[in-house]
Amino acid sequence: MALPVRKKPSQLGDFIFANLTRSFAILALASLAGIIASLFYGAWPSIQKFGLPFLWTPDWNPPMAKFGALIPIYGTLVTSIIALVIAVPVSFGIAIFLTELSPPWLRRPLGTAIELLAAIPSIVYGMWGLLVFAPIFGQYIQPVLKATLGHIPLFGKLFEGPTLGVGLLSAGIILAIMIIPFIAAVMRDVFEITPQMLKESAYGVGATTWEVVWNVVLPYTKAGVIGGIILGLGRALGETMAVTFVIGNTNFLTNISLFSPGNSITSALANEFAEAEPGLHTAALIELGLILFVITFIVLAFSKVLLMRLQRQEGGKT
Amino acid sequence: MELHKKRKVINKIALALSLAAMSFGLFWLAWILITILHLGISGLSLAVFTQMTPPPGSAGGLANAIFGSFVMVGLATLIGTPIGILAGVYLAEYGRITLLGHVTRFINDILLSAPSIVIGLFIYAALVVPMGKFSAISGVIALALLVIPVVIRTTENILRLVPDSLREAASALGAPKWIMIMQVTVRASQAGIMTGILLAVARIAGETAPLLFTALSNQFWSTSMTDPMANLPVTIFRFAMSPFKDWQDLAWAGVLIITASVLVLNIVARAIFKEKITT
Repeated sequence: MALPVRKKPSQLGDFIFANLTRSFAILALASLAGIIASLFYGAWPSIQKFGLPFLWTPDWNPPMAKFGALIPIYGTLVTSIIALVIAVPVSFGIAIFLTELSPPWLRRPLGTAIELLAAIPSIVYGMWGLLVFAPIFGQYIQPVLKATLGHIPLFGKLFEGPTLGVGLLSAGIILAIMIIPFIAAVMRDVFEITPQMLKESAYGVGATTWEVVWNVVLPYTKAGVIGGIILGLGRALGETMAVTFVIGNTNFLTNISLFSPGNSITSALANEFAEAEPGLHTAALIELGLILFVITFIVLAFSKVLLMRLQRQEGGKT
Repeated sequence: MELHKKRKVINKIALALSLAAMSFGLFWLAWILITILHLGISGLSLAVFTQMTPPPGSAGGLANAIFGSFVMVGLATLIGTPIGILAGVYLAEYGRITLLGHVTRFINDILLSAPSIVIGLFIYAALVVPMGKFSAISGVIALALLVIPVVIRTTENILRLVPDSLREAASALGAPKWIMIMQVTVRASQAGIMTGILLAVARIAGETAPLLFTALSNQFWSTSMTDPMANLPVTIFRFAMSPFKDWQDLAWAGVLIITASVLVLNIVARAIFKEKITT
């Protein structure tokens, strides 16, 4: 008796579906290429005219058609550094609290609360920073900083000048509040993958909670922790609205005080781009965007590589 | 005994600082939310939803901006979601170990955190300049480009959670791979994919930077996709930066509307899908 012959299912559906999904994956890649190409194209007149010195020229004078990126780059870097200096220790503390200290029933709600802080749109931080935080900061906190830290030789130069509320320091603080949840969430996630066995061994020989975190958890998750910090840095560099509201928006910088208003790459773009004359001004602004994209790309790629290394190490051990 | 005491004290200090850090984080969340509620509710009235954005110094509402935000966020989600889901399916089902898979995954994670203002510049150069004017459609495309990486990432993560034994069972019954994907793995991950979409909507609902050079804003009611369209974030930006009290009050009402929607979306997304997903 012959077995019934089954028809082989058509390959056509598979062929179409596989290539359809693949083409959309390629589309995602193409959008990156598109971003880089279009920014280069848009920035070309400015790249041609100013060349490499664009990066360290301090003039930004649209009527005179003279453009240099020094002040926006300085503002972006300074605000991001302030943000990291505040956010890293705080996030570390939050991650320790969520993984080691908090009673189990509180972990989820507190973790969610921190994640919600990350979900609030940046324009909300910006408006709150300008209308609520900056006035209080300028009136009460800045004079205190000036009276205490301002008297330290050299270092005190950072805390001089009129206490306006808005400025580089305020922008850095708002950025810190924004990136704390990102860094804390990554740190908590990597702390959680430390094998329970390792921690219990340390507790078993009498280590305190702090010693376990500092000598066992942290060395084990080093790569992931640094990856999380750099991810936060990437966010801080590219953040637009929160900074634009509170940085003060001026292209003149005469001292190194953190109280003085400044400009960042993103705030320069947000304020000037829609009103910029087509031509050199627009091209110079697009070149700022290109610089920002290149910096954040490198930073984020570095962070991703570190986080992947931790995952691979984790995969190898279990 | 000296060393023992010192270790205990250090431990106490460290844990106290950790508690302080947690309170510091919650302090800002509470302060921001209370301010928004306080000033937002006092700015809120029926007129906010029924009247157009006013010229400075007169009363009005945000109706055109709310409408514009709805239209643009809705269309951007409609465009971005299918692309994101299909690309995510590729990464999880076809491209797990292929070179294209690895590269796409890497680049996608970078696009996920790339500055949104750069996306705005890209669309400006690619669409606004050729069209010769700011338009709602370019705003939609810019937002769609922000939706795609979020949906790709969550879709892939969720599909990876489906056990391979389910895939093997479907294949053993003779199902072609695409039937297996559509009817087994994607169906098993519906809730998770939905969560990803909601998170993507929450992400773009408050995005301002990519709209500044694309959709711009509009003082009037406009439904034309090829003209500038009002939207909540850019309106809030303009109003909040202005010295006029009426405008600032409206901006607070707008901030309350946006924050409430984003937080509700996030909470609903978490409720739909209990497992923790990372975006």
